[in-house]
Amino acid sequence: MRAPRLPLGSPLHLLLLSCSFALAAYAGVRLLAGDWLGVALWVVGAALLHDLVLLPLYAAADRAVVSGFGAVRRREWAMYVRVPAALSGLLLLVWFPLISGTVERRYRSATGLPADVFLARWLLITAVLFGGSALLLAVRLLRLRRAAKCRPPAVH
Amino acid sequence: MGRTPSRGVPAAYRRLMRDDPRDPRLPTSPGFWRSPLRGPRFTSVLGLVLLAGITVLFVTGLLSYAAYNPNLSPVNDKTPDKGILGFYLFTWPTDPHWLYRLNQGVHVTLGITLIPVLLAKLWSVVPRLFALPPARSLTHALERISLLLLVGGGLFEFVTGVLNVQLDYVFPGSFYPLHFYGAWVFFAAFVAHAVLKAPTALRNLRRLREERNDLVSPRPAEPTVSRRGALWFVGGGSLLLFATTVGQNFGGPLRRTALLAPHGGAEPGSGPGGFQINKTAAYAGIDTAETAGDAWRLVVTGRTETVRLSRARLAGLPLHSSALPIACVEGWSTPDQWWRGVRLRDLAALVGYEDDPPDVFVESLQRRGAFRKAALRANQVADPRSLLALYVNGEELSPDHGYPARIIVPAAPGVLNTKWVVRMTFGDL
Repeated sequence: MRAPRLPLGSPLHLLLLSCSFALAAYAGVRLLAGDWLGVALWVVGAALLHDLVLLPLYAAADRAVVSGFGAVRRREWAMYVRVPAALSGLLLLVWFPLISGTVERRYRSATGLPADVFLARWLLITAVLFGGSALLLAVRLLRLRRAAKCRPPAVH
Repeated sequence: MGRTPSRGVPAAYRRLMRDDPRDPRLPTSPGFWRSPLRGPRFTSVLGLVLLAGITVLFVTGLLSYAAYNPNLSPVNDKTPDKGILGFYLFTWPTDPHWLYRLNQGVHVTLGITLIPVLLAKLWSVVPRLFALPPARSLTHALERISLLLLVGGGLFEFVTGVLNVQLDYVFPGSFYPLHFYGAWVFFAAFVAHAVLKAPTALRNLRRLREERNDLVSPRPAEPTVSRRGALWFVGGGSLLLFATTVGQNFGGPLRRTALLAPHGGAEPGSGPGGFQINKTAAYAGIDTAETAGDAWRLVVTGRTETVRLSRARLAGLPLHSSALPIACVEGWSTPDQWWRGVRLRDLAALVGYEDDPPDVFVESLQRRGAFRKAALRANQVADPRSLLALYVNGEELSPDHGYPARIIVPAAPGVLNTKWVVRMTFGDL
């Protein structure tokens, strides 16, 4: 016989979560001591922006790439676009302030380093990623063609 | 429930109200999520990588916090109301001299390397964000609130860290308290999550055959990549970030491999002063008239007296050398540079602390910057490698490296190696 589910849930889990909230509250009060609204917006906004904007955007882009190749019956080619695109996008996401030049003046005056190199480097890396991917695809197609030529003619 | 939709309400919401929440057009339905990659094993692998990685991030973060010696003096402490969160603080050692360099290199490089794993992990569990009913029990409701702290807090830590190393100070407040208290909020939720989920994750990986759970799509799309392939892809993203970042902790040709990291690429200038600069003299507002030979004096105060030393007098004191790096909280460092100057303990002896070097309070000429005043602990002052440096790599300090004189202490965070020093006050703080 199964015991009826308690609306409380597991008491051990409850205890664990209470401890976690207590510590989070202790630190949270201090985290929110300054611009509490700004910080709260950043914490909640980060989760919402990621889950409701970034993730749907890249999932939709990926779906568009796959179905685009599917439409021309080259679904297996999708990997050769999505991998370099995702890697390039990842670099852009992480290093956006440097690549976009939004911190150019502060960066240059603080570090004494040239600030206008990041966009060019990112573009170069992107070109290498796509170029390498295209090369791999070409090699694969060449191999397939050669294999098809070597194969004895099919018996009809 | 009204069946006539009101104007202006989104179509998806009207469907949700009218229809079965299991309609696969709605994200509340398991059938909406079609990737054949999602499942307990994929999530478990990523989760366990994050469990190990984030634990290292947290520990190195706490160590970095301790390295500032926040309990020594209010000028070192950007989080004066830390309370029990500073329970573990200890006297930061000076050995090994690369301690902070290693700690911070690991903290920042690992954090950046983990970003693809974090994104993939969040992607793998996103269906649960929309799962209905919102709560099955009080515990489940609390767990979901805790997940907001976990995801929001985790993203907050990664975002503030990534922005700070790029000097993009757009976050709402000073980096130190935000990143420190944010880490504790995040870690509180992280520990609860790890305790609740790690046993399941380990079990999932030990099983030969995968168990089905709510993450497995009931109507999976045709696969375009295997699960193993997807994990390799995530790992490839991490590897790319690692490879274009890690070089900023080394010198010479290795630094050039850090193509996108803030302190990668070429060194600023060449010659003896051609190594990485945290803040230039111009940025710190240093006026060359103040550092000129006839204007600049170092004021040293101690137990018995106050002395004013010109740079020529300083250079006439016994000079010593030490090979030490500059290691920044931002996760970049220089190889060991060859510094030459007066030992801090010799300066202490000059003002009455012959055998028992105390703490020292150091003030800089710089106009801006959170650490234009900084305190060093007695163990740092006593270390024979700790210098008030006048020369680096055989030449005079350059203005950007702190001319006329700068502090250099083994294993200390970069900003405690005060540049453009004008005043040193020895005594217990």
